[in-house]
Amino acid sequence: MNAIVTVVGRDRVGIIAAICNRLASHNVNILDISQTILQGSFTMVMAVDVSAATASFGELSASLTDLGREMGLSIRIQREEIFNAMHTI
Amino acid sequence: MLNQKEILSTIEMIDQQHLDIRTITMGISLLSCCDPDPERACGKIYEKICRYAEKLVKTGRDIEGEFGIPIVNKRISVTPMAMVAGASETEDCVPFAVALDRAAKTCGVDFIGGYSALVQKGMTAADRKLIRSIPEALARTELVCASVNVGSTRAGINMDAAALMGRIVKETAGATADREGLGCAKLVVFCNAVEDNPFMAGAFHGPGEAEKVINVGVSGPGVVHHALQAVKGQPFDVVAETVKKTAFRITRMGQLVAQEASRRLDTPFGIVDLSLAPTPAVGDSVARILEEMGLETCGTHGTTAALALLNDAVKKGGVMASSSVGGLSGAFIPVSEDEGMIAAARSGTLCLDKLEAMTCVCSVGLDMIAIPGDTPAETIAAIIADEAAIGMVNNKTTAVRLLPSPGKTVGDTVEMGGLLGSAPVMPVHGESSADFIARGGRIPAPLHSLRN
Repeated sequence: MNAIVTVVGRDRVGIIAAICNRLASHNVNILDISQTILQGSFTMVMAVDVSAATASFGELSASLTDLGREMGLSIRIQREEIFNAMHTI
Repeated sequence: MLNQKEILSTIEMIDQQHLDIRTITMGISLLSCCDPDPERACGKIYEKICRYAEKLVKTGRDIEGEFGIPIVNKRISVTPMAMVAGASETEDCVPFAVALDRAAKTCGVDFIGGYSALVQKGMTAADRKLIRSIPEALARTELVCASVNVGSTRAGINMDAAALMGRIVKETAGATADREGLGCAKLVVFCNAVEDNPFMAGAFHGPGEAEKVINVGVSGPGVVHHALQAVKGQPFDVVAETVKKTAFRITRMGQLVAQEASRRLDTPFGIVDLSLAPTPAVGDSVARILEEMGLETCGTHGTTAALALLNDAVKKGGVMASSSVGGLSGAFIPVSEDEGMIAAARSGTLCLDKLEAMTCVCSVGLDMIAIPGDTPAETIAAIIADEAAIGMVNNKTTAVRLLPSPGKTVGDTVEMGGLLGSAPVMPVHGESSADFIARGGRIPAPLHSLRN
């Protein structure tokens, strides 16, 4: 099952490293990363594969939200289907 | 493959434009709960609802968490209670409402609808008993919603029922006077009521429906408003196209959530209701969409045309996005639940007569409108009759949910809190309709009801 991780907040050193580490610790595989600085804020979108994850979707989501709180970022994970439904026919 | 812009636009819709699933509503048939012993019937009702809807709230929350889309309400609708209570040998229907309330609380849902009677052509003894019990039932319960269908295009308007409902609305306000007449916010009078509506207070599980079903109501006035801000000053063709595209996206999301809920709850998927349902939050208003089209204030000349375009474009955009569309499907204009409508009513631009005109072209009717507490029951009945006539002749659903809050008069505000919002009291015409309502009987169905 694929999911989309989005990260928005102020740019600083080590954002990608911290998020990748956190995902790796839950055995989540990263499929694609795209990152930009949009109007001064750091914006990253990751496509990830959670089928082999060691945590449930809810735990994963909570873990990323916690990390976001520590780093002053908004981090969320959502199942890919919602974006497909809205943007592809 | 998804691109970053699309992903971020969805997140922005959810975070800043109030995009949400307004409700997942589970419809449950209670026909199997009929019993001559009212106590046993209530026991069966409680048990069946709890059994079927046990996982509804948890499933809603799970979907919310995984897809990252808020699901604001989880609700239950049941068979019109007059049909179930009619089998019991009792004069008192209130225990049935109490059973519904208890079941709703056990399941943790926000509302339960279906304390209802369908009396468009005539009233059974059970219908009459149930309708008479509505004021007490709504005063003694918290989550129960009641509705009564008094007319249809096929049957005409049951004016005895309209007259009775005028009195019942007043009595309901009186019975909940300590809460500003809040009971009336949970009571709708319909013409052409639909059987699969997921929205409250008018939801019930029609007799033509399956054993159980999942219906979903989407929302998104903020998203439409935002999309229209990008096409300022452009012709209406562009406006309509923009609304259609936005409605398509919103509905696709509703369809996804509906299918997911249906699968997880092992309950057949019924319909997606393509609705623009506002909330009192800033940026979640239907009135502001109309104003974005170029009206200084909602309610001024041009409002009905703007609403007609919006309502039609929402349907056209949404209908291709879902495998099954139903319910009320269109733009809602509940005054107290819409920040822009509240402001327009307060400024005096939006009045009851204009709202009535607007209901000719929108999805429902005169909704959540505060009127003076001393409005005579006959005047309320006449408002109901007017609205039912619009529905009957135009072959559409119309409804009346008025709040004659005791002790309140024009200039006051009725505060209900939460999603129900607050409503400035609007004036009604002082001239009497009493002799008109006293006639009773039935207004015959229009010629175009004879379609066979």
